[in-house]
Amino acid sequence: MLDVSVAYNRYKFVGHEFLTWLWFIIETEPSRLRKLDPELLNLQVGNRIVLENIAHDKVENITIKGDDAGLEEGRLALRKGAVVTELNMEYKSGDHLWRFTVKGESLNISGLKPPESGNVESKEDIEGAVLEKVYLYEKVITLLDKLYQVFIKIRLDNQWPQTIVPKIKNWIHSIK
Amino acid sequence: MGLLSSTVSITRYTVDGKIKEPILETVATGLKKHTITDIDDNVADKAVGWTSFENPFKPDFEGSTFVFGTLMLFSLRVDKKAIPAQIVKKYQTLEVARRIAETKRDHLSRNEKKLIKEAIINKLCLKVPATPNIYDIIWHYEASSLWFFTNLKTANEELETLFSKTFKINLIRLFPYTCAELAAELTSAEKNALNQLTPTSFRE
Repeated sequence: MLDVSVAYNRYKFVGHEFLTWLWFIIETEPSRLRKLDPELLNLQVGNRIVLENIAHDKVENITIKGDDAGLEEGRLALRKGAVVTELNMEYKSGDHLWRFTVKGESLNISGLKPPESGNVESKEDIEGAVLEKVYLYEKVITLLDKLYQVFIKIRLDNQWPQTIVPKIKNWIHSIK
Repeated sequence: MGLLSSTVSITRYTVDGKIKEPILETVATGLKKHTITDIDDNVADKAVGWTSFENPFKPDFEGSTFVFGTLMLFSLRVDKKAIPAQIVKKYQTLEVARRIAETKRDHLSRNEKKLIKEAIINKLCLKVPATPNIYDIIWHYEASSLWFFTNLKTANEELETLFSKTFKINLIRLFPYTCAELAAELTSAEKNALNQLTPTSFRE
């Protein structure tokens, strides 16, 4: 295994490609997501996307915020060669909704807001509350792990340059 | 943002190795040995140590207070004293002037000024209370997995250092490369491909 600090910088691009692919899958093949998580009702892009475009040694960051963040500006940036570096998402499972942001370079999760859970009113409630929260966080983490596993297998396979990249390009450039 | 907050941030780790059996006793011993110590009446400007999730200002690792179901839950506490540079400068300038007047010299040497500054910082550190920052940790021992409830780089570095010092095993942060290498069950051909991977261009 490579040295962790070297690998972090060298493989940032994999995280950015993961989020770009994920946006593509969310938009074009949502049924594929349900195969990974049978309880999933919906996974959609939330209210913030950050993209990065590196051209001629210059880095341009584009942040799109707002409830209708989307998406045209983001796609326009993709068309100019940007990749997604941060993606806010909404995940619905059963009657519950999670909101969270994933940063591509680290796969860190931030702003994770799980569904409401019971109030802690006494010391005796703490253990139950902790276990409930852990269960709710685990749902998102498991989903992300599964998505990343699917992505990395595809990314390391010949189907990535031959099939997937042309499809993603087609998606990016077909949007008016 | 603690584990029970309405919104959290999580950095994930793989725990690289196993600790000595009996596990709970070894963990409790390590937590007790590296429990945060109070620095409010001390010249130290920073302290880092473990604390209890339920009672972070009065750490207690007796019994199995850090065990919740199959999980271990405790917190990292980083106490820091922030002394504004302008305050240090003010007292240093006054003290330098007093010494010059007292010794009837033109100026003080660089080393004398440095010693004055250190003495002032130490004196102020005794008066300024430390600001505590608490970050919760969930350790799924069987899964060799750990969640740290912050994405702050400095806090993550403190965690990695203290964890290794306490339990004599390392934490490996999960990011795109380590997630692929450690958690995606890659074949050796896939691992080779990972080592040679280059960025994709989505431009036409």
